[in-house]
Amino acid sequence: MVEPGAERVGTVAPFIRIEGVGKRFGSFRAVENVNLTIDRGEIFSLLGGSGCGKTTLLRMLAGFEMPTEGRIFIDGQDMAGIPAYERPVNMMFQSYALFPHMSVAKNVGYGLKHEPMTGPQRADRVREMLDLVQLGPYAERRPHQISGGQRQRVALARALARAPKLLLLDEPLAALDKKLREHTQFELMNIQEKTGVTFVVVTHDQEEAMILSSRVAVMDKGRIRQVGSPTEVYEYPASRFVADFIGQATFFDGVVRSVEGPVAGVEVGALGLEVQARAVPGLVAGQAVTMALRPEKIEIMRERPEGPNVVAGAVEDLGYFGNHSIYKVRLPGGEILSVLSANARRVGESGRVAVWEDSVWMRFDPAAVILLTE
Amino acid sequence: MPGSDLAPPSGPTDSPRQDGPREGPHEGPVARWFNRRGWSDLITGIPFFWLFFFFLIPFVIVVAMSFATRSPTSPPFSFGLDGGLLDFRSYARLFSDQLYIRALGISLWMAALSTVLCLLIGYPMALALTRLSPSVRTIMLMLVILPFWTSFLLRVYAWMGLMGTNSWFNRGLTALYNMVVPADWALRSIQMMNTNFAVVVVMVYSYLPFMVLPLYANLERLDMTLNEAAEDLGSRPWQVFRDVTLPLSIPGIIAGGLLVFIPVSGELVVPGLVGNPSNPMIGRVISDEFASARDWPMAATVAVALLVLLVGPMMAYSHFENRAQTRREEAP
Amino acid sequence: MNRRPTFLLSCLMFGIAFLYVPILSMIVFSFNNARLATVWGGFSTKWYGKLFQNDQVLEAAFLSLRVALVSATVATILGTCAGIALARLRRFRGRTLLSGMVTAPLIMPDVITGISLLIFFILLGSWIGWPAERGFTTVALAHITISVTYVTTIIQSRLSQSDLSVEEAAMDLGSRPWQVLRDITLPIISPAILSGWLLAFTISLDEVVVTSFVTGPGTTTLPILIWSKVKLGVTPDINALATIIVAVVTVGVLIGWAILTRSDRRRRRDMRLAEQSNA
Repeated sequence: MVEPGAERVGTVAPFIRIEGVGKRFGSFRAVENVNLTIDRGEIFSLLGGSGCGKTTLLRMLAGFEMPTEGRIFIDGQDMAGIPAYERPVNMMFQSYALFPHMSVAKNVGYGLKHEPMTGPQRADRVREMLDLVQLGPYAERRPHQISGGQRQRVALARALARAPKLLLLDEPLAALDKKLREHTQFELMNIQEKTGVTFVVVTHDQEEAMILSSRVAVMDKGRIRQVGSPTEVYEYPASRFVADFIGQATFFDGVVRSVEGPVAGVEVGALGLEVQARAVPGLVAGQAVTMALRPEKIEIMRERPEGPNVVAGAVEDLGYFGNHSIYKVRLPGGEILSVLSANARRVGESGRVAVWEDSVWMRFDPAAVILLTE
Repeated sequence: MPGSDLAPPSGPTDSPRQDGPREGPHEGPVARWFNRRGWSDLITGIPFFWLFFFFLIPFVIVVAMSFATRSPTSPPFSFGLDGGLLDFRSYARLFSDQLYIRALGISLWMAALSTVLCLLIGYPMALALTRLSPSVRTIMLMLVILPFWTSFLLRVYAWMGLMGTNSWFNRGLTALYNMVVPADWALRSIQMMNTNFAVVVVMVYSYLPFMVLPLYANLERLDMTLNEAAEDLGSRPWQVFRDVTLPLSIPGIIAGGLLVFIPVSGELVVPGLVGNPSNPMIGRVISDEFASARDWPMAATVAVALLVLLVGPMMAYSHFENRAQTRREEAP
Repeated sequence: MNRRPTFLLSCLMFGIAFLYVPILSMIVFSFNNARLATVWGGFSTKWYGKLFQNDQVLEAAFLSLRVALVSATVATILGTCAGIALARLRRFRGRTLLSGMVTAPLIMPDVITGISLLIFFILLGSWIGWPAERGFTTVALAHITISVTYVTTIIQSRLSQSDLSVEEAAMDLGSRPWQVLRDITLPIISPAILSGWLLAFTISLDEVVVTSFVTGPGTTTLPILIWSKVKLGVTPDINALATIIVAVVTVGVLIGWAILTRSDRRRRRDMRLAEQSNA
């Protein structure tokens, strides 16, 4: 598997290097053979469903779990045998894990007790951190006296107070409601920019990973399936799993008929035509491939359009989402294709392309076709 | 994509930390030992050795004592007098002498009876507690717990006051009894003190909170929407109870049952104060063998026999618990 | 449920009456003027007066308080250690044995505990000369050993309910394990430690069976004194003594309960205000 992220190595010495790391709990392999490099100043996301090993990997970076195989380097230093309390790493916990018996200021200042600082220096640092997360007026409150969003910011300030080289965030936004989550995403990015600390974020929410991160690692069953920028993993998924896990896609089996420069002709039985698709390296005629189509990359219309990659179908079902509609179109072969269409005009004023049972035409660009050879 | 093309970050300007792993300020050898293992060795070691010394060794001595021979020395036992190292005569007596079997039988029977009565009285109480509004519930719960904090001995004593032949309670019961039965069966008073009936009543009274509290804890956790779902699907209230509440509360019933059964079977105070002296329970037998008869090996043997009988249900319970636990863990 | 569960409520009322009628009757008869404890002969507080002139009772009460104070404190320290060890230290040598020794006393009938400790003390005395005689020390040792189980159970269950990541956060912020224990774990479980201490204290104040075995001449705790008097029958002065004890316990428990519910209510109000005032 070619990792698009791997090419960055070499330009700057990697800040975090994870080499062949695995973790077993008894006979259960939580993490298997993970190789990863993370650069200084990145916001790096570990994305995956529950039980995919992302949290275990994060806890190994923090030092709460020790790898059963492989090594972890942070800033060139081998972390083997170094306990959590000696690592230049701090963590923001999913539950925030605020100390219930301490005020907000004491929480933020707790980690500074272990630093060679004088009392006034410590107080200054606490104030600085509270200002950073705009919680100055709440310094003397207890954790149960502030709201969920404020608790999240206290946890962030506490983890940043010791100026860690690496900040680990375990599902940082999961406990917030939707509106607050959107606001906080941008705040997190601002704070990352201001402090320059490297962030590693664990999340199961693909949107969160897309918006926050400079790069994303998609994990499944303890393994990393793909590493790349959000655009790379969305637009150029390396496997059917990644294409399916991030965003939506309809999959078709096909056989390559011809490869002419950048364009490949792929015979897709279910569509009853030879699809023109952008070729991927190493493609040869006669090869079996999987083709993935994202719903938003398909145009839907009533008149037959010009050009290649045109299919006919009948609307089987449609869902109205306000800003867009999803059409489930039955193809002649019986398969269902999902098509997303923006509701550019008000639906009540005949803005809808088609309704149930209408015959429609669909067209997609050769560059929009994802070919998966795996 | 925001964040993907961040400018190379300038390092934290005011980092309070030097590079490399952090070292504590001044670490002498003692401090280093303490940091590594010392603190955990201390907190496991202290209770470990206490219990080893004051619980396990005495217990092992009792087990060993059951294989000793009674002798007129002081202390009144010896090992390996008649050739063999172990003396099984106490065990032989345990099975041959009617006294011990009878006492064990009576104790287990009384314990079972008390447990069932506690369950019959305690289950509706616990269920009622879960149906109360929160503020009333805390008060009622408080009322159930309060006797648990007051002296056990005094609660037994309070019943002695009620059951005496002259007490208002006894006279009231006698009057009720005389109203029901034919005139020539009439009694002047009911003999309650020094009967097995009195023992069971007082046991139930004393151990009722031990049944109600675990049951309440169990019932309170049950999801009320399950009841609503069952009703919605057409069950009448008693069917809801039979099909939903009762099966789900079995762990609570078992926990409460053991908390009553086990102490009741070895009880000494209640039968000693209100029981029938000619029908001794096993606790009395152990204590008499030890103190009056000064037959330590025999007392130890009876004690071991009682423990074996009690360990059985306990093991069954922990097996049940473990199975439930693994089932809970398997369901994600 | 909108139906009133009448049957259940009457069962509850009956049960609570069952729990309180004997105690209330005892309290009423402690104010009885007559010598016979069970026949009403007019109101009087004379038995209370007699009680306070009874040196034997006062001495026993004082001794019981001292034993309870010592044994509750030691048992709390031991039980807190054991609870933390069992709940937080995943692997250590002797873990199974320790957890077994912590739970086994729960199924050990008092008679057997009493006999085993007595035999142990007698043998130990004849082997190493200590304890030379039975009294305060042996009673306290026995009470500690009984109570450790209960304190451990309280601490362990409190710890297993609390969020482990709070302690991990402290370690993440640079605290060594024992500093985490001191700064975070102990403060968080301090209410459990307090209730463990209270439970151990009441167990010691109430314990009679084991005490009757391991106590010696001249060491008569209050329960032992009551036990020896009660065996002879119901008397009005014991009614008075019982009433005082019940009153003290009730007041103590009610105060504790009031403090707990008040702080709980305040906490809930704070949380509600926090969520309302700020998103």
